[in-house]
Amino acid sequence: MTQTLAKHGWTLGLAALFAALLILTKMIQPDFGLSGLDSLGRAALPFAFATAAMTVVVLAGGIDLSVASMMAVASVTGARLMDGATETEAVWIVGFVLVVGLCMGAINGALIVFTRVPDIVVTLSMLFVWEGTALLILQGPEGGCAVWLTNLILGGLTLPLLPEGLTNWLPKSVVLVIVVLGVIWVPIRRSKLGLSIYAVGSDPLAAYRSGVSLGQTRIIAYALAGLLAALGGLSLTMSTGIGEPIPGPYLMASVAAVVLGGVALTGGKGGLMGPILAVFVLRLVRMDLTLLSVDPNVTTIIEGTIMVVVVMFGGLLALRGRIR
Amino acid sequence: MTKEPSRLSRALSDYPLIPLTLLLVVLVVALELLRPGIVNERWIANTIKFAIPLAMLAACQTLTMLTGGIDLSAGVAATVVAFVMATQVPVLGVPLAIAVSLIPAIAMGLLNGFGIAICRVHPLIMTLGTGLVATGCLQVYQRFVIASGSVVPESLAWLGTGRTLGLPNSLALFLPFAALILLAQRQTGFGRLLYAIGSNEGAARLSGVRTWQVYFTLYALSGVIAGITGLLYVGLIKAPSLSLVNPMLLPSVAAAVVGGTSIFGGRGGYGGTILGALILTVLGTLLTLVQIPEGARGVFFGLIILAVTAIYMRLTNQT
Repeated sequence: MTQTLAKHGWTLGLAALFAALLILTKMIQPDFGLSGLDSLGRAALPFAFATAAMTVVVLAGGIDLSVASMMAVASVTGARLMDGATETEAVWIVGFVLVVGLCMGAINGALIVFTRVPDIVVTLSMLFVWEGTALLILQGPEGGCAVWLTNLILGGLTLPLLPEGLTNWLPKSVVLVIVVLGVIWVPIRRSKLGLSIYAVGSDPLAAYRSGVSLGQTRIIAYALAGLLAALGGLSLTMSTGIGEPIPGPYLMASVAAVVLGGVALTGGKGGLMGPILAVFVLRLVRMDLTLLSVDPNVTTIIEGTIMVVVVMFGGLLALRGRIR
Repeated sequence: MTKEPSRLSRALSDYPLIPLTLLLVVLVVALELLRPGIVNERWIANTIKFAIPLAMLAACQTLTMLTGGIDLSAGVAATVVAFVMATQVPVLGVPLAIAVSLIPAIAMGLLNGFGIAICRVHPLIMTLGTGLVATGCLQVYQRFVIASGSVVPESLAWLGTGRTLGLPNSLALFLPFAALILLAQRQTGFGRLLYAIGSNEGAARLSGVRTWQVYFTLYALSGVIAGITGLLYVGLIKAPSLSLVNPMLLPSVAAAVVGGTSIFGGRGGYGGTILGALILTVLGTLLTLVQIPEGARGVFFGLIILAVTAIYMRLTNQT
C-alpha cells in the first residue's frame, strides 16, 4: 500500500490538486456544472492529445518538437477532405488522418535512428517541414467537419441503458480522451513494447544488452506520438469545424504538462496519467482565473510561474533524494 | 566503429569551418546561376544586415549549448528589451531607456541560472518557463504604456539599417562582438570552463570548478546578448511589437546546429555559428527566389537543415 502510494505519489497529488481546484471553481461560480465541465473538457482536448504524444517520446528518452506542426497537418488534412464529404465518408477520412499521423511520426523516428542526428535537431527541422506541409494543404483556416464528429465532443454523456441523470454530468470530450488514450496506451503499456519503451528511455545501453531493439522501439514510440498528435489535430477540427494550418501553442504547453505530470525529461520515468491530469489542472487554473475576471495576460504569468516553481521544486526534491 | 577515420575526415574534423564555407559558396553560386547578376554589392550588404541579428541571437544558443544547455528564452528576452526600450524612450530619453531595458533580460538570465544551477532543472524546461513568464509580464506591461507610445531612436535605426561605404553599419557592432566571443571561447578561463562543463560536468566539478557560478554568469550573459540583439533588431525592423524577435528563436538554434555546435555540449564554437547564420540567410533568399509556395519553402528549409547537419556530423565523425 505504502509502495503504491510512493510510486504514484505525484499523480495522486495532482489528482488531489485537481479536485481542490474543482471545489474552488464551484465556490467561485456556484452554478458551475455541466456546461462549465463541458467547455473545460473541450478546451483541454487538443492539449491532452498533444501532451500524450509528447509523453510517449519523452518516456522513450527522446523529445518531439514537431508535435504542434503534426497536429496542424492532421487538422488541415481532415478538414480539407471532410469539406463536402458525406457522414459515412468521414469515417474513412478519420482513419486516413490517423494513418497519416502514424506515418509522420514514423518518419520522424526513422530520421532520428538512421541519420544519428540528435532528436532535438531532427524534430526541430521536421517542425518546419510539417508546418510547410500543412500550409501546402490549406493556405488559411477553412474546410469542414462531419456533424457526428462535432457531436462526439459536444455536451454530456448519455448511455443507452442507463438513466440520463446518472451519466449526463460527464462531458463527452473528457470521456473521449479517457477512452481513446485507454484503448491506445493500456495494451501497449502492458505488452513487451511498453516495457521496451521504458527500458530504452531509462538506459539505452542496458536495454540494448538485454536484447531490446533500440531503433525499432524508438521509431514505434515516435510513430505513436504521430498518431496521438493526429488525434489532437482532429480534435482541433472537431471543436472549431475548420482546419487551421498555423500550429497552435501546443509545443510549449505539452512540454510544461509533461514536466508537471511527473515525467522525467531524461526518460523512462513516469506515466500517462500524470501529464493528462496536469493538462486538466492547467486548463482549470486558466478557467478559474477567467471566472475571477483576472486579466488573461496575468493568467499567462501565473501559468508560467506555476510551471517554473513546480519544476524547480521537483528538481530540489530529486536532488535531496539523490543525496540521501 | 573500429574503422580508422580517413585522412579527409580527420582534416575536416580539425578544420570544421571548411565544409561550411564550401556550402556557403555553393549556395551563393547557385543563387547567381538562378538569377544572374543578383550577387552584387547591395545584395551582399543586405544579406549581412539580416544575418547579423540571427548570428547574435545564435551566440546565446552556441554558448549555452557548449555546456549542454540551450536558451529558449533568448527570443523573448530580445523582444522584451526591444519593446521596453522603445516605450521608455519618450519618458526617459535614449541612453537611460536602453540601460533600463536591459534589466529584465539580465533578470531572466539570472532566473534561468538559478533554476539550472541550484535546482538542477533541465535548461530546456527552465528557459521555456522563463520565456512564458516574461511573455505574460510583457503583455501586462504593454497595457500600462499603451498611452505613451513608442519611439525607435535614430541611433538604433542608423545602426540597424544604415550603410557606410556600401557596408551595413551593424558590422560596427557585430565585428567587435564576434571577436570578443571568439576570443573568449578559446582564450579565457570562462570559455574553457564552458567546454569543460559540456564535456563532463562531473569531472569539471571534481576538479574544483564552481559550476553554479559558471551557469549564473553564462545565462545572465546570454540574456544580455539577447537584449542587445533585440535593440539591433528593432533598429532594423523599426516597429516594436510583442513578438518581434520570437520567430527568430528556432532559426537561431538551427544556425548554431548547422554551424557544428553539438547540442550535447563540449563541441563546436562561434565561428561555425556565424557561417551557419549566413548559410540560413542565403538559403532563405534562395527559397524566396524560386517561385514555390510558402509551404514548400518551409519543407525545403527543414529538410536542408537536417541534411546539412547529418552530412556534417558524418564528415566530422561526431556520432
